[in-house]
Amino acid sequence: MDDCLNEKSGKNLIKQITRETGVVLHDCYQCGKCSAGCPMAHAMDLMPREVVHYMQLGMMDEVLKSKTIWLCATCHTCVDRCPNDIDIPSLMEKSRQEAKRRGLVAVKEVDRFNDIFMENVKLFGKSQEVILEGLYNVSTGHFIQDMENVPHMLSHKLIGIKPVMIRDRGAVQKIIRKTMKDKKKK
Amino acid sequence: MLRYAYYPGCSMDSTGATYKKSIEFVAEKIGLDLREIKDWNCCGATAAHTKDEMMALALPARNLALAESEDLGLDIAIPCAACYSRMKYSLHAVRTDEEKKEQIQEIIEMPYEGKNDVLSFLDIFSTEEAMEACRSKMVRTLSGLKVACYYGCLLSRPHEVTGGEDTENPMDMDRIVALTGAEPVDWSFKTECCGASHQVDVPKEARPLLDRILRNAQANGAQAIVTACPLCNMNLDMRQAEINEKMEKKYNLPVYQFTELLAVAMGAGAKEIGLHKHFFPAFELMKKYAKRAGENG
Repeated sequence: MDDCLNEKSGKNLIKQITRETGVVLHDCYQCGKCSAGCPMAHAMDLMPREVVHYMQLGMMDEVLKSKTIWLCATCHTCVDRCPNDIDIPSLMEKSRQEAKRRGLVAVKEVDRFNDIFMENVKLFGKSQEVILEGLYNVSTGHFIQDMENVPHMLSHKLIGIKPVMIRDRGAVQKIIRKTMKDKKKK
Repeated sequence: MLRYAYYPGCSMDSTGATYKKSIEFVAEKIGLDLREIKDWNCCGATAAHTKDEMMALALPARNLALAESEDLGLDIAIPCAACYSRMKYSLHAVRTDEEKKEQIQEIIEMPYEGKNDVLSFLDIFSTEEAMEACRSKMVRTLSGLKVACYYGCLLSRPHEVTGGEDTENPMDMDRIVALTGAEPVDWSFKTECCGASHQVDVPKEARPLLDRILRNAQANGAQAIVTACPLCNMNLDMRQAEINEKMEKKYNLPVYQFTELLAVAMGAGAKEIGLHKHFFPAFELMKKYAKRAGENG
């Protein structure tokens, strides 16, 4: 764990991420337009432009430990407005995956939600909104979250009791298994 | 000919019920032929792309490959903005990156060439043919109803994937909605993010996103918000009462799908399209404004 924290491996990781995303870090001249327009900026500990700046400086550990990489909503406003087309959402995404591999998850709820979502898809081949929210609430201890809406959903048949499944669930499970093969925690 | 392969997406079986019903109503009216892809699976939105790039590309690709295998040469119609976005990514990867294309085919164990296009329902309804077909079926007008057309992020961004021409001020939905006589307002938050799944996993941090969208719509004189996505719709509809209560706001903005407005203008009854299923009451406003076409006042 934390093998990104020495200088050399941190820099190697940055090289790997820029190679995979096609981002040229020194294209960013820190104008801050990304951060001005980011809808989640109010909750972030590093501004999007700071994420790029830390990577420019080779300080990947700051990025991996940040809440920011988990709070990014992948809305693409930043890259859309960036004068130099820096693909920040992809940097966030790769950083999030690398942080998880190293056991560094700064916002556990986001990670939990994504895990449960994919477990759901693996089981049924489809996403079951009600099972997803139920499992999420139980596993995070937020038992009553959104429960005030359940009576309305039931009485208007917006949700059912019976899970909807696809026939060829094996095909979906295979896709998930094949792509997660090399994603186990180090 | 208005004929497409159809990928409804998971929400259509649950919280997207009014979207589904209104789509069916309008499709029948204008002769829009939607052929549901057999045994389609979840596209992976909004979680798969946070886990692995190839998973995020392969899950949607299985559906696109299934559609392609039917060999009807049909483009794929997708009502959900998140599904649309993920499908577009897969199509974009297959069309622009030979290596990824091979990887995707190897993972899904099916041939997939990316022959057919992926279209949102806004793409489809904004074609001249569909606009004309809708125009000819209008029996009511919603004249005087001021609405804020909300597109959200994923229908327009990133533009190299969606091909969207204007990511800050798109106009397709405004033009479609105007067919009903309703009046789209000019406002600033058309393509701001509603927070998607963050409304569940980090609600405290994500609620302000909804608050800002509602505030800007109301400040610009809208009486309702119109969406083209089951997820955006649910976020703004289901959580509005809570925002009013906990954040001490006074928003009064029913949230319709654009197809609900079309359906009402084409004569649909409230129950037929599920107007009573909304979380935030949506029937009264529609009742107040829907008039028989040609009637004054």
